[in-house]
Amino acid sequence: MSETNVMINGIKIGVPEGASILQAAEAAGIKIPTLCFHPDQEVKANCRICVVEVEGQKNLMPACATKITEGMVINTTASRVLEARRMILELILAHHPQDCLHCARGGSCELQQISSEYDVRFSRFPQENAELSLDHSSPSIVRDPNKCILCGRCIECCTETQTVSALGLAHRGFESQVVPSIGQDLFESPCVMCGQCIHACPVGAISVREQTDDLLDAITDPDKVVVTQIAPAVRLAIAEAFGAAGDQLLMGQLVSALKMLGFDHILHTNFTADLTIMEEAQELLERINHHGTLPMFTSCCPAWVRFAEVFYPSSLEHLSTCKSPQQMFGALVKTYWAQKAGIDPERIFSVSIMPCTAKKYEAVRPEMIDSQYADVDMVLTTHEIVRLLKMAGINPLNLPETEFDPWMSEYTGSAVLFGASGGVMEAALRTVCEKVTGKPLEKLDFVEVRGMKGIKEATVDMNGTIVKVAAAHTLSKARVLMEQAAAGTSPYHFIEIMACPGGCIGGGGQPLTLSNTQRARRMNDIYTEDRSRKLRKSHENHEIKLLYDDFLHEAPGHRAHELLHTKYSLKKKNP
Amino acid sequence: MGSGGLVVMDEDTCMVDVARYFLHFTQEESCGKCAPCREGTMRMLQILEKICDGKGTPQDLDTLESLCRVVKTTSLCGLGQSAPNPVLATLRYFRSEYEAHIYDKKCHAGVCTELLDITINADKCKGCTVCVDVCPTGAIKGERKKPHVIDPAVCIKCQACMVKCKFGAISRG
Ligand code: SF4
Ligand code: SF4
Ligand code: SF4
Ligand code: SF4
Ligand code: SF4
Ligand code: SF4
Ligand code: FES
Repeated sequence: MSETNVMINGIKIGVPEGASILQAAEAAGIKIPTLCFHPDQEVKANCRICVVEVEGQKNLMPACATKITEGMVINTTASRVLEARRMILELILAHHPQDCLHCARGGSCELQQISSEYDVRFSRFPQENAELSLDHSSPSIVRDPNKCILCGRCIECCTETQTVSALGLAHRGFESQVVPSIGQDLFESPCVMCGQCIHACPVGAISVREQTDDLLDAITDPDKVVVTQIAPAVRLAIAEAFGAAGDQLLMGQLVSALKMLGFDHILHTNFTADLTIMEEAQELLERINHHGTLPMFTSCCPAWVRFAEVFYPSSLEHLSTCKSPQQMFGALVKTYWAQKAGIDPERIFSVSIMPCTAKKYEAVRPEMIDSQYADVDMVLTTHEIVRLLKMAGINPLNLPETEFDPWMSEYTGSAVLFGASGGVMEAALRTVCEKVTGKPLEKLDFVEVRGMKGIKEATVDMNGTIVKVAAAHTLSKARVLMEQAAAGTSPYHFIEIMACPGGCIGGGGQPLTLSNTQRARRMNDIYTEDRSRKLRKSHENHEIKLLYDDFLHEAPGHRAHELLHTKYSLKKKNP
Repeated sequence: MGSGGLVVMDEDTCMVDVARYFLHFTQEESCGKCAPCREGTMRMLQILEKICDGKGTPQDLDTLESLCRVVKTTSLCGLGQSAPNPVLATLRYFRSEYEAHIYDKKCHAGVCTELLDITINADKCKGCTVCVDVCPTGAIKGERKKPHVIDPAVCIKCQACMVKCKFGAISRG
């Protein structure tokens, strides 16, 4: 690619043709503030905080939206540039609650950060807040429209990346607002609770519905035995939140940290991830051998399941009947595990620690009571656990390791893969191939389904049985594959869907905020962890064998089916 | 006035009021997409209203000028970019009118009612009580055949009394 030469603040620099002023400034080591700009999105150019002076232009130019041209002379520090940025900040803040101390985003808010950099400490304008009411309708997400700065990033995320279009703009001018596109609140809208809009939002206008206070109540209640499961994608994000690389935090250190917080027993969602693979592999083979509905889609992502229920209600037979690892765990912890541990299931308070906002919703779905109790009593996101750890002054990186509690915590490399898009597919292929061929696989890595590409596909030959698979992340890509399935033109047998870009490592409940570059890095950490496990195939997990022998197969009837599978309903609206 | 239209004015036209009138219009037209126009036109209008109400301060004039520069040079489309023009034009050619509103609390065109003082000249008033009857707020008090007075706290500057007074005893200033 040819280079274009520009002059920024007196520095001559060559940048790739077609770059924006923002990119050119970055290359020159000069920071330009942005609010509506997001590296993974289209340029919106509506906040105007990034304006710069360009020689020959009367008006200031938005750096994010202006392409460089040969010989362009740019000044990012002219006094009228600084006057404009400070004025725009002052204007935004005068129409925004002065609420940083109580705000979900205090400390990680882009507006707060820039305002402090630009030393905007008083306002020449009278404070005018709209006093709109907060939207607490969703089990996953809280919206505070008062904090919205109308950048449009959530709308693009929900409309383009997820094709859900749950959010839209209403009114005009000074009265403009982001509102649910249909219905009175988010729960009445088609929102699937993926939480990606939380990552898109530069301020505290959309945040995780936090339940940390309820958790502390449960921990202090002497009658409750608090049992927790940790999901595969959580550890990496906690390490990052404490300023370390993902692989620097050991699982055992996290167990110590959770014990210090007061959790009674620590188990692993990875265990039921392996179990999911066992059940899903079985289901896939049955569908292939007995002319069942194909392609079969994975069902471990609750945002995807709800998306299918809302947008493809007549194609739900394509979804695997397997519950997600979280809900399999929930159903087993108050039955199988309670038996093994000798604890009255009535006393068990089952908490899961997830990278995911949609899991909060999944846990309260009315059908998730197969243990005769609420299978999962509470879902905490990684974001909330990090907050609790910081509140308690615990840095897990400084702690010694503690063992997990037994019976539901062993896991293989396959389970680890669940955290990254394509991982469930890869794990399933390892088990399905060996089941079909009866021989150990020579090559465990299915690299075709790895990485950040939107739709990844592979064709696997298992002793003459050809299985075509695909793995997609983001719901816009899921829609493409579901359209094919609904039209009967899908070339695949098995399809994995994850609603979040990159899969659960990029989940809506992960600490803020995430770009696709960070997601790709976490994916690599996942592959490294998989390689480091002694056992890398779900069917080699000893505790899983024990579960089948001692519990699932031992009882007459269809215990496995009752506890581990479910049905999906035609669902235009939330319950 | 920046929109290409021609507006005819005379000494009964208040230039601050004219700017306020135009801003009221553009502020309603702002689509709300970009921050400087969405927030800035509202704040320009508020400052102009404040000046017309006689509550403007010298700092408001600085803020207004800065707002004009920023909204003009950073707004996304032509509407925002031209929104400050009526203010800039009136400030340029009629700055003294702004200053009269701010420093002397006077609107010489007599348009900005908050800045008017309606008074009865005791020498001319015959105490005919006509004004008492027309005043909608009961601001005028006085005994028949004696000079009347207007309570400025109650008077809404409607000037009805001024028109009715046959002796030219009531004036605005
Ligand atoms: S959104 Fe940002 S600026 Fe606004 S109150 Fe929250 S932390 Fe402060
Ligand atoms: S949670 Fe997901 S579906 Fe719901 S509004 Fe946000 S982006 Fe859209
Ligand atoms: S809610 Fe957040 S992301 Fe959406 S428009 Fe408002 S500030 Fe932007
Ligand atoms: S991809 Fe993972 S984190 Fe995202 S909604 Fe699905 S299950 Fe939750
Ligand atoms: S300048 Fe244009 S785009 Fe921006 S708010 Fe005004 S009318 Fe809308
Ligand atoms: S101007 Fe109107 S309100 Fe004031 S004293 Fe005269 S009639 Fe009454
Ligand atoms: S970041 Fe460039 S206009 Fe918002």
